[in-house]
Amino acid sequence: MSHDDRTALELDDVCAAYGPYRALFAVSFSVEKGSAIALLGPNGAGKSTVARVVSGLLPASSGHVRVGGSDVTGKAPWAIARMGLSHVPEGRGVFDSLSVEENLVLSFRRRAGRRNLAASLERAYARFPLLAERRHDRAGTLSGGQQRLVSLAKVLVVPPGVLVADELSLGLAPSVVDDVYAALADVRRRGTTLVVVEQQVDRALGLASSAVVLEHGSVAYFGPASGARAVMAQVLERRSRSDGANSL
Amino acid sequence: MEQLLGFAVPGIPYGCAYAVFAVGLVLTYQTTGVFNFGYGAQAYASAFVFAWLVDDHAWPTWAAFVCAVAILGPVLGLLFDRLLFRRIPSANSTAKIVTGLSLLVGIPALLPVVFGNGNLVGVPSVVFNPGTVYFHLGADVPVNGTYLSAVLFTVAMLVVVVLLLRATHLGLEMRAAAESSRLLELEGVDAPRVTATAWAVSGLMAGIAGVLLAPTEVTVQAQDYVTLMVAAIAAAACAALRSMPVAALFGVLIGVVSLTAQGYLPTSSFWYSAVLPAFPFIVLVGALLFVPGLRRLGQATDPLSSVDPPLPPPAARARGREIDRIVRTGFWALLFAFVVSMLTWMPPAWETVLNQGMAYSVIFLSVTFLTGTAGQLSLAQATLAGIAAFTAGQLAIHLGLDFLAGAVLGALAASLVAGLLAVASLRLRGLGLALMTLAAALLFDVAVFPAQAVSGGTGGFALESHWLPLGLLSANGHAYFVLAFLVLAVCVGGVRLVQRGTIGRFLTAMRGSELGAAGVGVDLAWQRVLAFVLSGALAGLGGTLLAIQQTVIAPGEFNYQLSLAFVVIVVTTGVGTVEGAIQAGIGLVVLEQLLQYAPGRLQGLAFVVFALGALTYAAHPEGIVELEKRRWTERAERVLSRRHRAPAPAVTGRS
Ligand SMILES: Nc1ncnc2c1ncn2[C@@H]1O[C@H](COP(=O)(O)OP(=O)(O)O)[C@@H](O)[C@H]1O
Ligand SMILES: [Mg+2]
Repeated sequence: MSHDDRTALELDDVCAAYGPYRALFAVSFSVEKGSAIALLGPNGAGKSTVARVVSGLLPASSGHVRVGGSDVTGKAPWAIARMGLSHVPEGRGVFDSLSVEENLVLSFRRRAGRRNLAASLERAYARFPLLAERRHDRAGTLSGGQQRLVSLAKVLVVPPGVLVADELSLGLAPSVVDDVYAALADVRRRGTTLVVVEQQVDRALGLASSAVVLEHGSVAYFGPASGARAVMAQVLERRSRSDGANSL
Repeated sequence: MEQLLGFAVPGIPYGCAYAVFAVGLVLTYQTTGVFNFGYGAQAYASAFVFAWLVDDHAWPTWAAFVCAVAILGPVLGLLFDRLLFRRIPSANSTAKIVTGLSLLVGIPALLPVVFGNGNLVGVPSVVFNPGTVYFHLGADVPVNGTYLSAVLFTVAMLVVVVLLLRATHLGLEMRAAAESSRLLELEGVDAPRVTATAWAVSGLMAGIAGVLLAPTEVTVQAQDYVTLMVAAIAAAACAALRSMPVAALFGVLIGVVSLTAQGYLPTSSFWYSAVLPAFPFIVLVGALLFVPGLRRLGQATDPLSSVDPPLPPPAARARGREIDRIVRTGFWALLFAFVVSMLTWMPPAWETVLNQGMAYSVIFLSVTFLTGTAGQLSLAQATLAGIAAFTAGQLAIHLGLDFLAGAVLGALAASLVAGLLAVASLRLRGLGLALMTLAAALLFDVAVFPAQAVSGGTGGFALESHWLPLGLLSANGHAYFVLAFLVLAVCVGGVRLVQRGTIGRFLTAMRGSELGAAGVGVDLAWQRVLAFVLSGALAGLGGTLLAIQQTVIAPGEFNYQLSLAFVVIVVTTGVGTVEGAIQAGIGLVVLEQLLQYAPGRLQGLAFVVFALGALTYAAHPEGIVELEKRRWTERAERVLSRRHRAPAPAVTGRS
C-alpha cells in the first residue's frame, strides 16, 4: 500500500457489518489530498455504510481506515472528527430540539475556538441570510433544504480537512441542489478533500476527479471519474435484471 | 384569606418536595434521554446512607453529607450510565423503562440486606431549624424552618439547574447528547463523557433532594420516596418533560392545592377520602390525555439510530430431534412427578407455597402475553388482578353468587377496565403508555381499593367457605391444587392458541415494528385494545385464584408496587414464552419460602435477585433464565452430537 503524504483518506480491505448483517466486503480505495471523489452505487449498495465506517460511527470488522496517513480504525467518532474529518450524515443532520444558532455554536465552538465564535456566526449568517432570520427557531421547524443549509454553513465557515457528504442533494429542488453543489465546490477550492456520496451520478461526476462504484458492498470500480458512468450503467442493468428475475 | 393561607402554607413543603423530584426527572430526561424510574431509589439511597452514618455511626453531619450525597450520589449516577443505560440503543424505550424499574424495585430491597434493618429516624435539617417559627404570614400563620428550607432549597436548585442547562456550553452539549449522542460525536465532542457528566449531575441532585427532604418525613422509608417520586411524575408530565420551571410550578401547585382542599373538605366526604389522595394521579392522567408533547415520547429522536442493527429476532429454537425428545420426556415426567407429589407426600407448607405459585403464574401469564407477544408494557397488572378479586368478592357478598362464577365475571370486569385503559391511551406509546397504566394503578390503589364499598377498608375481607364448593378454601386440601392446575392449564393452552393464530401473528408484527405492522395493514389501535383485553382477563383469573388461595382479599395484595415487581420478575424469567410465566410464579414463591429460613435482613433478597436479572433485559430481551436454558440445551446437544458423530443441526437466521 502506498503511504505517501498526499493521501487524505484511505480504506484498506475494509469489511463491516450491522450486528449479524454484513454490509461491506473488502472495500479499498484512496483519495488524494484536496481532490474530490464520488461514491456511487444503487440503493443499498453500502455507500452510507462506507461513510459511517470512515467517520467511526460503525466500527470496521476488519481492515484499516487511514485519515491523513494515521490509522483511525477503532477510534471513537469524536476522536476522528477532531482529526479534521467531517461527516454530514444522510437525512437529518441537525439537532431538532436546539435552535439554529445553538446548532451552529455546537460546531463552531469546537472547530473554530471560543474566541472566533462570534465571527464564525457572523460569516455563516452573511453567507446564508435565511439562517440569520431563523436563528432562534428550533432547527426541527426548518424544511429539509434549510436544514441542509445549516450543515453546509458549518463546513463552509470552518472547512474541515476531509468532508464526507452523504446524499446532500436528496429530496431537494433542482435550484437548491445547484446551491449545494456551488457550496461544495467552494469548500473544495479552499483545500478540503471531498467524498461525495450520490445517487445523481451526473452531479457528482461533474465535481469529482475520481470515483468509486459500489455494488452489494464491494467495489465494482475505482478510478478516474470518466470511467464511472459506464460501470454504473452496467451495475444498474444487472440490478434491474435480477429484480426482474426475482419478481417472476 | 387568613384561613386560606393557614391551609395553603403547610402545603408548601410537600409541593416543594414534588417540585424538586419533578425538576430532577425533567433534568435527567433532558440531559440523558432516559426517563429514570430509578430516581426515587437514588434519592432514597443517599438519604438512607446519610441517616445510617449520622444515627448509627455518629458521624458529623457535614462528613455524612459529603459521603452520602457529594460522593455516593454522582457515583450511583455514573454507575447507572456505565453499566446500564449506555448499553441500551437509543430507540429501545422498553429496555430503558424496564431498567429503571429494576433499579426502583432492586435498590430499596438491597439496602437493608447490606446495611441491616435499622429504624432510621429523620435526618437533621441542614440550614434552618425545622421547629423554630421564624415569622408569621398575615396575622397568625406561622412559618417555620421546614417551610423556609424547603422553599429556599427548591428555588436554589431550580436556578442552578436552569442556568446549567440554558446558560453553559456543557448544558448545551448535554441537551444535544440527549437528542443524538452520535450526531454530537460527529462534531468532535466526546459525547459519552458529556452523558456521563449528565448522569453524575442527576445523581448529585437526587442525593441532595433525598437528604434535604428527609426532615419533612419522620423516618427514612423507601415507600415514602417512591410515592413522592410517583406523584412528582405528574408535575413532570404537565411540563411535557421539557420545562423545569413549569415542572416546579406544577409540583408546588399539586402540594398546595392538595393541602388547601384537605383543609376545606369535610373529612367524612367522598372527596376527602378518595379524590384527594388521588389528586396527583388525576393530574397525571389529565396530562397524559391532553399535553400534546407527551404523545411524541415514544418516538426516537436520534436521526442516526439507523446505525444500530435491528433487534435480534427471537433465537431460533432449533433443538435436535434427540434432545427434543429428552426435553419433552423430561417435561412430562416432571409434570407427572409434580402432580403426584402435590397429591401425596408434599408437606402442607410447601403445598401452600406451590399453590400460590400457580396462582401467580396465571397473573404472570398476562404479563408475558402483553409484553412478550404484543410488545406493550403495562404497570397495572396487579391492579387488574385486584379488580377481578374484589368484583368476585362483592358479588358473593351482595348477590350470594358462587365465587367461581364471580371469578369469571371479575375477569370480565378486569378485561373491561384494561380495554378502557387501552382506548384511553390510544395516542400514547412506549413511555407514555407505561405512565398511563401506572397512573391507573395508583388511582385504584388510593381511591378505589381502600373504599369501604370495595374492600371494607385497608384490611380487606375474608372469603367465606360457603361461597365456594368442594371445600376449596381449606388451605391444605388438594381441591385447590386441582382447581389451580386446571385453570393454569386452560390459560396456558388459550395463550398458545392465540399466539399461533392470526391475532398472535398480528401482535408479533406489532411488537417487531409498529410502523411495519401498520404498513402491512394491521389495525394497531384495535390490536392493542385486544391485547389489553385478553391480558386483563388473564390477570383477573389469576387474581381471583390468588384470592381463594389467600382466603382474604386485601388492597395490599394488589398495589402498584407489586405491578412494578411483576414486570421485573417476569422479564427475568422470560417474557417471551409461556414457560417464562410459570418459572416466574414458581420461582418467586419458592425463593421467598427458602428465604424464610435465612436471617431476617435477607428477606428482601428475592426482589434483589429478580431486579439483577431484569437489569440484563437490554442485552437479553428473552430473559436471563431463558437464555441460560437455551445455552444448556445447546451444550447438551453438542455433547450428544459428539457422541453420535452426527453433525449439529444448523441454526439459520435471516442474512
Ligand atoms: N442499521 C442497519 N441494520 C442492518 N442492516 C443495515 C442497516 N443499515 C443498512 N443496512 C444494510 O446495509 C446495506 C448497505 O446499506 P447503506 O450503506 O445504507 O446503502 P446505501 O447508502 O448505498 O443506500 C443494505 O443492504 C442495508 O439494508
Ligand atoms: Mg445511503
